[in-house]
Amino acid sequence: MSAVPWETARGRPRRRRDWTGLIFFTPFLLVFVMGIVAPLVYASGLSLYRDQLIGGRSFVGLGNYLDALTDPRFLEGVSRVGLFLAVQVPVMIGLALLAALILDSGRIRAMRFMRIGVFMPYAVPSVVAALMWGFIYGDQFGLVGQFNAATGAALPGPLTPDWVLIAIGNVVTWQFLGYNMLILYAALRSIPEELYEAAAIDGAGEARIAWSVKIPALKPALWVATLFSIIGSFQLFNEPHVLQSLAPASISTYYTPNMYAYQLAFNANQVTYSAAVAILLGAVTVVVAYVAQWMTARGTRR
Amino acid sequence: MGLMVLYTLLPLYWLTVNATKTNGDLFRSNGLWFGGEFALWDNIVATVTYQDGIYLTWLLNTALYSVVGAVGATLICTFGGYALARFDFPGKRMARAVVFGAITIPTTALAVPTFLLFAELGITDTRAAIIIPALVSPFGLYLMTVFATDAIPDSLLEAATIDGASAWTTFWSVAFRLLMPGFATVLLFNLVSTWNNYFLPLIMLSDPTLYPLTVGLHQLNNQVTTGANLEPVYNVVLTGSLLAIVPLIISFLFLQRYWQSGLAAGSVKQ
Repeated sequence: MSAVPWETARGRPRRRRDWTGLIFFTPFLLVFVMGIVAPLVYASGLSLYRDQLIGGRSFVGLGNYLDALTDPRFLEGVSRVGLFLAVQVPVMIGLALLAALILDSGRIRAMRFMRIGVFMPYAVPSVVAALMWGFIYGDQFGLVGQFNAATGAALPGPLTPDWVLIAIGNVVTWQFLGYNMLILYAALRSIPEELYEAAAIDGAGEARIAWSVKIPALKPALWVATLFSIIGSFQLFNEPHVLQSLAPASISTYYTPNMYAYQLAFNANQVTYSAAVAILLGAVTVVVAYVAQWMTARGTRR
Repeated sequence: MGLMVLYTLLPLYWLTVNATKTNGDLFRSNGLWFGGEFALWDNIVATVTYQDGIYLTWLLNTALYSVVGAVGATLICTFGGYALARFDFPGKRMARAVVFGAITIPTTALAVPTFLLFAELGITDTRAAIIIPALVSPFGLYLMTVFATDAIPDSLLEAATIDGASAWTTFWSVAFRLLMPGFATVLLFNLVSTWNNYFLPLIMLSDPTLYPLTVGLHQLNNQVTTGANLEPVYNVVLTGSLLAIVPLIISFLFLQRYWQSGLAAGSVKQ
């Protein structure tokens, strides 16, 4: 029996099983506990209480959660981001897929420029993106107002209540189109050349190859892109919050669930209820992400 | 494709052009072309001297938060990824499952809970309140684990161990060098996310001299558009926005091969 326990795992070279690895992992563990676990545990605990004018803080169990599930403002926010997700994510991923397929076909000039040009907005902070688009949308010195004034047309203002969700969707699409395009493009580049050759021998044309070879091979990457977009939609905050100062009549303080949690904690002073809303929203996001993953996995296996 | 590039670059062009205009020209001239006077330099001076140089304070804060947060987070991820890829240790399977599961927890969902905890601990409105959360990056750990699995041959580590090098020496002299491309990639992504961070500093900070650029710019824009600020300094808001994105655009242009390989690793090797 040796003093050092050795282990052979799946044909790989032997590795020591000892505490060295744990020492390297400890810094991550510490910040993980401090930055993720502790806040979630503390906020979950807090969400089980309620502050009252008389009697102070009292334990209400799941009371805050039950309230949230019937709170019209919370539900309005959730259904709004649900609608947003159902429209914006497919549009953006579709455009990104189209762009990635065009790049991969190698048939256009100035490829490098195109790739970087489409990706560039990713480097713009979402606050700056929202400010900039807000000015462009606005009627003070915005383009829509100038267009209407110059041509006598009557295009609706993007910041009016009917259009503002689309206006927000445009800002988000603008920012993340290139990021998603590059994820898909990277996946396309990793498809082995032989697959194309085999398809070409079988007489498949360019469109047929895109549909039957490229898109199936893209499934994992499409899934990653969609997953991150779904999470982003549920957590929508920066863009509507910034645009709110330009369009207070169109964007309420509970326009998205995150804006509602913010409003509850900082303006309405309902801290424990805000904790419940934040936790509930996080849970909904994670569940939706997992359901999407499960559905994709099932679809792929078939 | 040309249309898409037009769509993504036109707003940036608009911002650049309008940052060269005086306040008066902003309202008088066509938004897609330069105004009568080329006032970019005047606007930059106006921006950095506005309210005794508050913009520069915000810029330095952003730089501090991003550099300390991103370099720290990336080092921590490098250690952690190296541990997960190269060692067996008690509790490893569980640690891996929990941490990789946390990738789907969005940072915005953590903002309010983190604020509540930090308020209890009495450390809101400090620089640490922004930096500590920035040090955690489960996605960065995932990427570093992938890199460490692929980039370091076992034989090299074994050779170093046989030569009698300690684990610490082996890490710095062998592993870290091989992990440099991965380090640069994760650093870049962490840099972007801290540079762009908004929700957390918005709720954590109330002292304007601690604000990062994102919060400062939004606050200034709020004052201007609601008329709370007596001078309508639109030129400062626009020029400030333009200056805020220049450093990131430059680093993206210079570090192309890193972010491109990072995107590839993150998406393909699922």
